[in-house]
Amino acid sequence: MAELIRIEKIVGRPVPLRGNDIDTDRIIPARFMKVVTFDGLGQYLFYDERFDGSGKPKGHVLDDPRFAAKGPRVAVVNKNFGCGSSREHAPQALLRWGIRALVGESFADIFFGNCMALGMPCVCASEADIAWLQQAIEEDPQQDCVVDLRSMRVEYRGRIIPVTMPEGFRRQLLEGTWDATRILLQAEDAIRQTAARLPYVRGFGAEVDS
Amino acid sequence: MGKTLLEKVWEAHTVRELPSGQTQLFIGLHLVHEVTSPQAFEMLREQGLRVLFPERTFATVDHIIPTDTRQRPYADPQAEGMMRAIERNCAEFGIRLFQASSGYQGIVHVLGPELGLTQPGMTVACGDSHTSTHGALGAVAFGIGTSQVRDVLATQCLAMQRPKVRRVVVDGCLARGVYAKDVILHIIRKLGVKGGVGYAYEYAGEVIECMSMEERMTVCNMSIEGGARLGYVNPDEKTFSYLRGREFAPKGEAFERAVRWWRSMASDPDARYDDEAHFRGEEIGPTVTWGINPGQAIAVDEAVPPPEAFPPDEREVAEEAYRYMGLRPGQPIRGMRIDVAFIGSCTNGRLSDLREAAKVARLGKVKPHVKALVVPGSESVARAAEAEGLHEIFRAAGFEWRMPGCSMCLAMNPDKLVDRQVCASSSNRNFKGRQGSPAGRTLLMSPAMVAAAAIAGEVVDVREILPA
Repeated sequence: MAELIRIEKIVGRPVPLRGNDIDTDRIIPARFMKVVTFDGLGQYLFYDERFDGSGKPKGHVLDDPRFAAKGPRVAVVNKNFGCGSSREHAPQALLRWGIRALVGESFADIFFGNCMALGMPCVCASEADIAWLQQAIEEDPQQDCVVDLRSMRVEYRGRIIPVTMPEGFRRQLLEGTWDATRILLQAEDAIRQTAARLPYVRGFGAEVDS
Repeated sequence: MGKTLLEKVWEAHTVRELPSGQTQLFIGLHLVHEVTSPQAFEMLREQGLRVLFPERTFATVDHIIPTDTRQRPYADPQAEGMMRAIERNCAEFGIRLFQASSGYQGIVHVLGPELGLTQPGMTVACGDSHTSTHGALGAVAFGIGTSQVRDVLATQCLAMQRPKVRRVVVDGCLARGVYAKDVILHIIRKLGVKGGVGYAYEYAGEVIECMSMEERMTVCNMSIEGGARLGYVNPDEKTFSYLRGREFAPKGEAFERAVRWWRSMASDPDARYDDEAHFRGEEIGPTVTWGINPGQAIAVDEAVPPPEAFPPDEREVAEEAYRYMGLRPGQPIRGMRIDVAFIGSCTNGRLSDLREAAKVARLGKVKPHVKALVVPGSESVARAAEAEGLHEIFRAAGFEWRMPGCSMCLAMNPDKLVDRQVCASSSNRNFKGRQGSPAGRTLLMSPAMVAAAAIAGEVVDVREILPA
């Protein structure tokens, strides 16, 4: 049985990724998905926004030396981040680049679930708080941002911002049950019973009508 | 109080409530393709897990497969590597793979319904956001990520939160030259690309009821483009007759019993919805996207809207779209020159789509400056189209007739835009760089509108071309 990894608090240097409706094709262009492992995807994060056709940097925030830092990172994003394709390659690329938590106005459903499966929390804050946070980071990026899932607060430069996340997901992270496979498999008998109740699993045999 | 289809399917598939408050949901049909599955199989190996119900997972190859040759090894060594991985994974874990040239291969969301694998009242999952397509048959079908593909392989279950349900009603009827694609583009334009986050869309009303199953698939397919992870249509007589005789559908008396169960899973007349949205078919025209997300759409006879036309939080994306697309507010979309025309994809790569496009293609020739591709959604679609001679109509008009795959919808195979090319496309996403060139530009529209654009060399109104 894999060890439970509880995720309660992420502390790291923040990076603002501005814009609404940033789709996963932008986070990781499809041509970088022709791989059978997720290793090495970090270098392709936002590739076409960061580099021109000849591979020359275009001055994206991820390549700005002001925002360079070691260790875990916190991304601060706007509305509907991660919309579009279900590709887990997008959160994987963020994770492998160094992101450990995302704070945003809102997230697309599939992206949110994919981040959860990696133990990478996505928490929501108000539009005004995100606007303050992004500006504060741009003014002074070399401070740690704290994402605390116990108190559901984000802290930056002494300011406390309340954040939200559906309670079920929060509990999974706090309890270390976000890696779902083992939890789901614990109910193997119940899984088989559920399957056996479903008429289509039984081939729509005569008992369906009874 | 009655229940929605979503509630009924959810209850029937609930294994247990998890301590986190989520539902452990049984997945009736799991579909797998080559791009989002290799890491999932690798995780199974690393964790020493087996596939719990191998007979409930089916695999095919669609995303990376070339459409001009089936010759192995593929010229692209990465594509060949992915192909070998899925072959090995399916063989090792006992999963049926619908391989190229088997007669079955196709885009995963074309194949599920046409083989009768997708059925009403089922839960369907696939590592692909357009899994919402299968909702057209009255299934609860949604896209998942690779870690969740692993979960379904290992447990046939997912830990899920039940979405809310918005009933999207389209009453009235559609004018000539207006198709299912226009209906869904119109809905997304009005409800927004994030309007559906947290919701399932139940499509209803006279327009939806009148639609063929393939048209309903087009509508459900793009639910995710409106932010809704799943969309569905309640099963009806059309659904049942579509399924009758399909390879994996129940046969004989079992089929009759199935129909009774399927019918019972439809939303009750007194079901309660979390929200409703209403549209009229008559207000929908042939619709074209002008921007960089599917909500940035206008009727073909409208002009590119000014920033003030958008809510404040969409203006920045609109400004970005003008720059990227090289368009100005007030400019008509009609007359925009195109370089490429693409007919295909899980949205519009089915037989009825090709028929509608062929009706237009037979009226002219593709302009010499346009590269035009028709990519059938599956080998079955290709066979049926060829039996009707559609491939000859397309070829005679100057279209290339290709082999099935996702092709230029996301350009993971050799079919790509170059530089800033403009593509009239029957696919589902006009995101920046989506069609293979970081500067490529996509205009989403119906297959008939794509065929019309190919012939005119620019965006035109298909209603002016079709005979009255």
